[in-house]
Amino acid sequence: MRKVYSKIEQIVGNVITVKASEIKYGELAEVHSAHGMSLAEVIRMNEDLVSLQVFSGSRGISTGDEVRFLGNPMRVSFSDNLLGRIFTGGGKPRDKGPELLENMIEIGGPSVNPAKRIIPRNMIRTGIPMIDVFNSLVESQKLPIFSVSGEPYNELLARIAMQAEVDIIILGGCGLKYDDYLFFKETLEEGGAMSRAIFFIHTAADPVVECLQVPDLSLAVAEQFGLQGKRVLVLLSDMTNFADALKEIAITMEQVPSNRGYPGDLYSQLAARYEKAVDFEGAGSVTVLAVTTMPGDDVTHPVPDNTGYITEGQFYLRNGRIEPFGSLSRLKQLVNKNSREDHRALMDGMIKLYALYQETLEKKAMGFRMSEWDKKLLKYGEQFESGLMHLSVNIPLESALDRGWQILAECLTPEETGLRTELIKKFWPKQELSATDGKDQTK
Amino acid sequence: MKNKFGKVIGINGNMISVAYEGNAIMNEVGYVHVNDKKLKSEVIRIRGNRAELQVFERTSGIGIGDKVDFTGELLTVQLGPGLLGQIFDGLQNPLPELARQCGFFLERGVYLSALPKEMKYEFNPRVKAGQTVKRADILGTVAEGLFTHRIMVPFYLYDTYTVDSIAKKGVFSIRDEIAVIKDSHGKKISLSMVFSWPVKRPIDAYAQRLKPSEPLITKVRIVDTLVPVARGGTYCIPGPFGAGKTVLQQITSRHAEVDIVVITACGERAGEVVETLREFPELIDPRTGKSLMERTIIICNTSSMPVAAREASVYTGVTLAEYYRQMGLNVLLLADSTSRWAQAMREMSGRLEEIPGEEAFPAYLESVIASFYERAGVVRLKDGTTGSVTIGGTVSPAGGNFEEPVTQSTLKVVGSFHGLSRERSDARRYPAIHPLESWSKYQGPVNKRKTDWVRELLFHGNEVDQMMKVVGEEGTSLEDYIVHLKAEFFDSVYLQQNAFDPVDAATTAERQRYVFDILLKILIADYKLNDNDDARSFINQLRQKFLDWNGAEWKSQEFLKIEKEFLNFVFEKSTQSEDDVDERLQKMFS
Repeated sequence: MRKVYSKIEQIVGNVITVKASEIKYGELAEVHSAHGMSLAEVIRMNEDLVSLQVFSGSRGISTGDEVRFLGNPMRVSFSDNLLGRIFTGGGKPRDKGPELLENMIEIGGPSVNPAKRIIPRNMIRTGIPMIDVFNSLVESQKLPIFSVSGEPYNELLARIAMQAEVDIIILGGCGLKYDDYLFFKETLEEGGAMSRAIFFIHTAADPVVECLQVPDLSLAVAEQFGLQGKRVLVLLSDMTNFADALKEIAITMEQVPSNRGYPGDLYSQLAARYEKAVDFEGAGSVTVLAVTTMPGDDVTHPVPDNTGYITEGQFYLRNGRIEPFGSLSRLKQLVNKNSREDHRALMDGMIKLYALYQETLEKKAMGFRMSEWDKKLLKYGEQFESGLMHLSVNIPLESALDRGWQILAECLTPEETGLRTELIKKFWPKQELSATDGKDQTK
Repeated sequence: MKNKFGKVIGINGNMISVAYEGNAIMNEVGYVHVNDKKLKSEVIRIRGNRAELQVFERTSGIGIGDKVDFTGELLTVQLGPGLLGQIFDGLQNPLPELARQCGFFLERGVYLSALPKEMKYEFNPRVKAGQTVKRADILGTVAEGLFTHRIMVPFYLYDTYTVDSIAKKGVFSIRDEIAVIKDSHGKKISLSMVFSWPVKRPIDAYAQRLKPSEPLITKVRIVDTLVPVARGGTYCIPGPFGAGKTVLQQITSRHAEVDIVVITACGERAGEVVETLREFPELIDPRTGKSLMERTIIICNTSSMPVAAREASVYTGVTLAEYYRQMGLNVLLLADSTSRWAQAMREMSGRLEEIPGEEAFPAYLESVIASFYERAGVVRLKDGTTGSVTIGGTVSPAGGNFEEPVTQSTLKVVGSFHGLSRERSDARRYPAIHPLESWSKYQGPVNKRKTDWVRELLFHGNEVDQMMKVVGEEGTSLEDYIVHLKAEFFDSVYLQQNAFDPVDAATTAERQRYVFDILLKILIADYKLNDNDDARSFINQLRQKFLDWNGAEWKSQEFLKIEKEFLNFVFEKSTQSEDDVDERLQKMFS
């Protein structure tokens, strides 16, 4: 049995300090107070002073409470019994099921050797044209959804979870509203996906330190399933809350803040989680889709900013739809070359035209006369928005590409598209082509 | 050096405090004993009998009282034949070998030799016994893939030596003795093909440093033509996320006309490195006919790998680059991203509780960045040949705002600035280098007077754009509108380049000069155009033909055909004949 200490020297924020010996960095301890037992983790040691962050918070902890060191770091049980279960950020059951203690694995383990990774090659089809056509989601990708409070980001996450072809879905909720937690639960239950899902949920009302454990718990479990050959999709919502929890602990520990109070290692901390996304050579994969809410819709805020540098692209969810500007899937090149030969050209061409449409909109708003070209662009933009951009559109990739050509043909002549002649010859809807040919000759 | 020991008295993240006895050396390497493992670390501060060490691994499991060995040596890399084609982490651990031993994950405390003794090379001696040699003098050569690798007197031997014995021509393991030399006191030193050198000290074993003058062709048109890079020069690519920094670096690493490329993936995504290390072995370098991997070294310390090793990785990269420069080769070091390296310094500075500078970066940030870029350069070696190290670093400014410490410190010391812009990348105008904000102090392959003229046009086009936003298209004169169209045309057919098109992805200097001259003709000519719509439709059609031309193989049938086609098309519409325009160009640029 490990040593028990019953004198807490200092309590600051959620961090307690005890005098103890033979403790290892990162070790767990149980803190027994009048309000029950909580786990705590060693985060700093200086001579015989050991500082621990208490998972359920320090409120109500007395300096005379008992601290019992467990001799092991934070662990989680891993087996198929996890499927369909719901846990808290401390790894305890949130549903009424039994506590799992078999086959404990460490969380926050070492990173994967880059030499053992493979180039991702499978598209995850979602039925959302703004993703499938313009920014394909790829197996083993890590991708955030940048959004602001009030946008339907959790609905989008749930929809992708339901439609994506994966073996296991893991939801990590950081500071999730209780309603949103119930929403996820109900959606997955109704869709019959709960039996292949695992939830680690920290709600907004739970102690903040538990929020820090959620991504590590979710990803450690995902990684193990990945090694068993499963394709795992991890959904994290919302990583800004995770970063805020980091900030809170860092300030408590009197670290020098770098930017808006966030610790200097925010980038490394976020990266350590996102980089768990992986395609294992000869085994399964872990794909991470995370919501990052941007405080004040400001993408230069440290959390979205650092996230953007870590992840392989981002989706901007604004006004209920995925914005084509700024949204980017860095891995799309790896999969959209094999889908259909017009995929890439159409993707770039349509976005360039949509950018011009936006300029025209500005001009229109300022009251300028619309030229013939402007009018064409306006028509194009409207059709693009209703036919492809709207989140209600739910069609497979190929149909979405065909619809793209249809929109182009209805609004523009072939040489106005900026697309290569050979593609136009092959994909331009036939009756439209002859009509514009005729017009060119009359010029 | 006698081994010293200490014991751990404090742990904070990846920094440990160690009580020691005797002398400690700043930046010396120590090993922390944890269970049965030894974790590499480096002394970063000494106060009294307490030293602070940054640990190059995860620190969980370390306890108070754990033993620490001090080695008395600084952090070094091994230099010798066999480095090319390898993939190392920031401490020069070979990652594929590590994967063979440890599987999927990076186990801590496992350190492997960068150059294992099983490697064998045929040695050709270049000196005879009795000859006098100094540091960096060539003892012999081996063939390393495409290159002649010089086996030199180690750079840390500063005396004058006599060759006592030298191996005969034959195959040796790289750790075998190939020479014995005697110093001025008669002490014998045994040498193999491998020696080590501390990463934080520049290799200065050359005769003279020269001014960078020759352009380094990257085959990216906007870079070579408008903001060229010189061999031995430095450049930086700052840009917000998603603007294409890494893609630009990848393209450069493939097509740049240099002998060797050292890629340092510093604190970036593992996925990007994977693309490089899986694809390079299969890509053929058109200049040599061999796989690209044979001219590449990858140093990879991705964002989830320990942060202290990230700080070391850029130094490891530049040291290897400098070593190959000593072979008389042109080396390009690509560091992606220097901001992550600066952040690694910031993290350690925070743990040391140093007084923070701007945005909590340490006060010495600027001088550290400057001394890193200063390791680039063209040098004349002792045997009269020249070699160069060119450094290209990406910068990831917080919020895409260039007014931050890392970007600003970098801009002070580089010779060329390739600023990526969010607007250009949002509009899919790749590479998203901003043509007007970026600059270069070097001379490129295209005549500067010509590029200045085009820059002027782009500038004027931009002014018209701004104006058009206020007064609208109808308020813009046809003349101005044509300037706007010409600038747009040049942008879309020349500055933008399709990285995924096999032909368009890389444009040789010869083709750039040729295409640029033809573009000048088109841009300088005047046209009979009736109104804005007429002008736009003309330029649109021209653009279409030009884009097809960009995709045609250099000097192929198709290339010549399209060229003829659009020149006819242009001069039908032009008020001048082609000869008139040629004559005008002659006058302007001769």
